[in-house]
Amino acid sequence: MIDTAHSDGLPRRRPLPLNLLLVGLLLALSLVSLRFGSAPLSLGEVVGGLLGTGPEEHRLIVQQIRLPRVALAWLVGLALGASGAALQGLLRNPLAEPGLLGISSSAGLGAVLTLYFGISAMSLWILPAAAMTFALLATLLLYALARAGSNNLTLILAGVALSSLAGALTSLALNLAPDPGGVQDILLWLLGSISDRSFEEVWLCLPFVLIGLGLLFMAAPALDVLSLGEAEAATLGVDLGRLRRLIILGSALSVGATVAVTGTIGFVGLVVPHLLRRFVAYRPGRLLLASALGGAVLVLAADISVRLLDTPRELMLGVVTALIGAPFFLGLVLRSRRDLL
Amino acid sequence: MSLLEVSGLEVVLGGKACVRDLSLKVGEGELLGLIGPNGAGKSTLVKAIAQLLPYRGRIRLNGQDLARVEARERARRIAYLSQGDAVQWPIAVQDLVALGRHPYRGSWWRGAGTPGAEDRAAVDAALRAADIQHLRHRKVTELSGGERARARLARVLAVQAPLILADEPVAALDPRHQIQVMALLREHCNQGGSLILVLHDLTLASRFCDQLLLLDGGAGIALGAPAQVLTAQHLRSVYGIRAITGVHEGLDYVLPWACEPREGKSEMTQG
Repeated sequence: MIDTAHSDGLPRRRPLPLNLLLVGLLLALSLVSLRFGSAPLSLGEVVGGLLGTGPEEHRLIVQQIRLPRVALAWLVGLALGASGAALQGLLRNPLAEPGLLGISSSAGLGAVLTLYFGISAMSLWILPAAAMTFALLATLLLYALARAGSNNLTLILAGVALSSLAGALTSLALNLAPDPGGVQDILLWLLGSISDRSFEEVWLCLPFVLIGLGLLFMAAPALDVLSLGEAEAATLGVDLGRLRRLIILGSALSVGATVAVTGTIGFVGLVVPHLLRRFVAYRPGRLLLASALGGAVLVLAADISVRLLDTPRELMLGVVTALIGAPFFLGLVLRSRRDLL
Repeated sequence: MSLLEVSGLEVVLGGKACVRDLSLKVGEGELLGLIGPNGAGKSTLVKAIAQLLPYRGRIRLNGQDLARVEARERARRIAYLSQGDAVQWPIAVQDLVALGRHPYRGSWWRGAGTPGAEDRAAVDAALRAADIQHLRHRKVTELSGGERARARLARVLAVQAPLILADEPVAALDPRHQIQVMALLREHCNQGGSLILVLHDLTLASRFCDQLLLLDGGAGIALGAPAQVLTAQHLRSVYGIRAITGVHEGLDYVLPWACEPREGKSEMTQG
């Protein structure tokens, strides 16, 4: 579909057809997502609900219940897809993803602590604020490491340590949770979901996701050059410290903000860049936008399937992405072991 | 005036002096070969010149202190090829070579990234010089070692920098490709380019370089024309070898043959 067979040997804005395709898919899936739920609507009823010309009931369902859900799917997917692609490019490691650097799990820990101490019920803002605070704390630690000139391996190891610690503290909270209700709350939240969300949550994370994405996209050209290795990239004028800061901060803001309102949704940042890489001629910089859009497509599709599947209870989104993502990823590992080591 | 002037260079890494009080000059169109045993400081010296390592002393390019030249400007004037051949992703050869044009990109907010006619011409010229035009659409990871070495070299040539630094560009190549790449580099210098090369093959060094710098324990032992540097005495004291030497087609060859005790070696590596 996408080929770089130019006669001149230089990249042009060729990934546009792919990105257009993904945007089209995203819009189509969004319409589908607005249709399905406990009360299925026709396409006409969805449009009527969106424009406010149809019955009040349809307007409520579309605008108050389903639209925030679609918006959150977009935001989560964009954040996870772009961060995954950026981190894989930065660390030159196809295993990298937002979860790897401990940003997701740190944000998760912040949220779990508010659930554990029972203060999350005091205000809608407490849980997201705690999650974002913890994501930023994790980021600051990684930022300090990046500033100290540590290399990418140190960064990965620090991330692994950080996410293990956050995971352990989360388990501790589960372990010590005084009542079964508290455990239930924490577990459900940890599984990750975008159902029953309102526009309040969308507005809460939107600015952070947008700023984060902006920072990530600023790093795109330098990511291409980084394919050559850090030393050669540095001699081509790439400021490695600035590049690391852009990507760490960008990932932390966008992923931290979405984890804050949706819980942890895994594997999107890992799988999507893998799927799309070949369509952007394997160029890490060009992968960013495609991967962001692809992430949104995947999250939206998973969220639709959650509603279409006839299960006794609605499946959690994080469960579905992991169920699809983990075997897929294992297959990738087995097929291309050389690339991963 | 020389293109590159290094004076009193000292590089200390982890408390160890890897390059000590080193001075050298490279003129336009000159090919300087860095030779010496493993750990002599050849790569360290090259990296210091590329501004990848902190150093004491002075490195001047066209009389300008290189440490004070802005990174992007420096990137246009010095191109660096690292040791090894790791390109992370299976990108196309022409995309790889085009990365050499990065220092000429505008800033991202000015709608940068659209390459001009100059960039295209530079990429074409580099592909031609490295004789890999037929490989331009192939993936880097699918090339043979010799092809990949030439593709990486073309990437460096595409920068069109007055000075190229290359760390063992022929180390992993078979004899045919070694000669091919060295001839390519020699031709680049004949066209007015300047080059500093790290080499292990003494015959290639003797045959293709204008000047050689023999390093040992971070110190410069000898600097000059190949015949003056590759003396039996230097080979014994620095490498601890005896070599068969001779002249073929008017050019010196040096064929390492046997190990010899290194006289005075212990004294030289102290520090």
